[in-house]
Amino acid sequence: MIIAGIDCGAKNTKAVVLRDNKIIGKGMILTGFDQITAIRESLHAALKDAGIDAKDVDKISGTGAGMEEIRDADVRVNEVRAMAKAANFFLPSARTVTDVGAEMGRAVKIDENGKVIDFAINEKCAAGAGAFIEAMARALEAKLEEMGPMVLESDKSIPMNAQCAIFAESEVVGLIHARTAKADISKAIHDAMASRIVSMIRRIGVNKDIVMIGGVALNPGFVDSLKRELEIDKVYIPSDPAFGAAVGAALVLAEET
Amino acid sequence: MAEENTQEYWRWTESHWKNPDIRWEDAKIVTVGIDVGSVSSQAVVMTDGQLYAYSNMRTGSDSPESARNALNFGLEGTNMPESRIDYCIGTGYGRVNVPMADRSITEIACHARGAHFIYGPEVRTVLDVGGQDCKAIRCDEKGKVVNFLMNDKCAAGTGRGMEVFADLLSVPIIDVGERSFQVKEEPESVSSTCVVYAKTEATGLLRKGWQVNEVLAAYCSAMAHRIITLIERIGIEKEFAITGGLAKNRGVIERLMKEIGLEPMHTDWDTQIAGAVGAALFSYALVQKGKGRKK
Repeated sequence: MIIAGIDCGAKNTKAVVLRDNKIIGKGMILTGFDQITAIRESLHAALKDAGIDAKDVDKISGTGAGMEEIRDADVRVNEVRAMAKAANFFLPSARTVTDVGAEMGRAVKIDENGKVIDFAINEKCAAGAGAFIEAMARALEAKLEEMGPMVLESDKSIPMNAQCAIFAESEVVGLIHARTAKADISKAIHDAMASRIVSMIRRIGVNKDIVMIGGVALNPGFVDSLKRELEIDKVYIPSDPAFGAAVGAALVLAEET
Repeated sequence: MAEENTQEYWRWTESHWKNPDIRWEDAKIVTVGIDVGSVSSQAVVMTDGQLYAYSNMRTGSDSPESARNALNFGLEGTNMPESRIDYCIGTGYGRVNVPMADRSITEIACHARGAHFIYGPEVRTVLDVGGQDCKAIRCDEKGKVVNFLMNDKCAAGTGRGMEVFADLLSVPIIDVGERSFQVKEEPESVSSTCVVYAKTEATGLLRKGWQVNEVLAAYCSAMAHRIITLIERIGIEKEFAITGGLAKNRGVIERLMKEIGLEPMHTDWDTQIAGAVGAALFSYALVQKGKGRKK
């Protein structure tokens, strides 16, 4: 049984192809302002990666902010359900999952079968999502991919007063004027965001093992901040964490078929 | 801020004013209020409790310097030496950094008192929409605070949020209100409350063919909604007055008025000076009680 899972996110659209619950192909395209094209092209890329044709796909599962635009979806899966299933697939001992993307952050408590017990989400505020780090990268005049590694170079802890990304921008400019090292500012930024994500996780309970998916999991600085804030030394991150929800959506459909 | 374009769309008009009917030399008591906000600073000079002079300008990166600049700008052309000031109170975000202040008082108290002066003793609910915060204040007939609610965590519903939008759309902030009404039909408001997400949404709308004015209208509408949720939590008692910079943005204020079905009070004074006015009045009250500066 070949199932495709497509996650149409705010920033990137991710597609995966599973054969008998094994990942055989992946594709990711910038969503931009044309979701339909991104959906089509990401699936095309995943099929190419898997070495199969569109006609070989038995069913398509959709999820993400733009899931309504996945016209060919046989089923649309709620993101919370998708991330729960994905975590259970990646790590059967997972009991707490967090998914942080470009414009949302979520925390889910799951059981041993990947069933959702409780959840908390933020889809309203940029300060609890990847958009925060992007905005701060602009204020720091640094490349987005440089932000994370900088955190690991710092040994100072500077508190950030502003919660809002817009206000934090002014605060960062102030810190730059005060000649604070960029690495220390980056750490402050990541620590501030991690504390917001952790507040959300604490609402549903911190139970080991903890899995993190979503694009922000690729940011080593954020993962470091998160571990320090949670006071935990191991957070499990699957390879290609950005594809987590797409995988989960495909698995949910596979289970129901 | 790293700006690539040279035009500063966020820039609003800085101003100062002197009362032509008052001679400070004839005054018994001269008091000053300085409000150093995160975005703008004002200095107000009162002679025997009457408004003599004021200034309104952008806050710089240094609070003490901003306070000094605001006071200098306010005194410009008056020939009044600073030594003539009997008492000075600092307020606002930077109130502890007003070097010439004899003491500081919170902006909530100063805004209520200032609104009472600017709008009259009938005011019972004050909505202050400032640069980085938004406050709803309930006060009594003397301008004393009875209750208040403040949002200073989120840019939505603040001047900064509007500045970011004006910049995104390349529209001078002083034109935003006017232009938001130059639309064929009132559009639906943007769905995101968050300014960062609203920016992305606005860019998408422009790509879909929306006119700039329509996007402005949609955003002003969203801002009005955001402010209303704050006021509704504390309740509105008539009369209702608006202070702060955003009071000058017709685009937000008229939509807000339409939604809540209330006409706010009118003033000819600059709505941004309310905090400094309140501070100057508190100074006056203290001097009358014998607490003036020792000479």
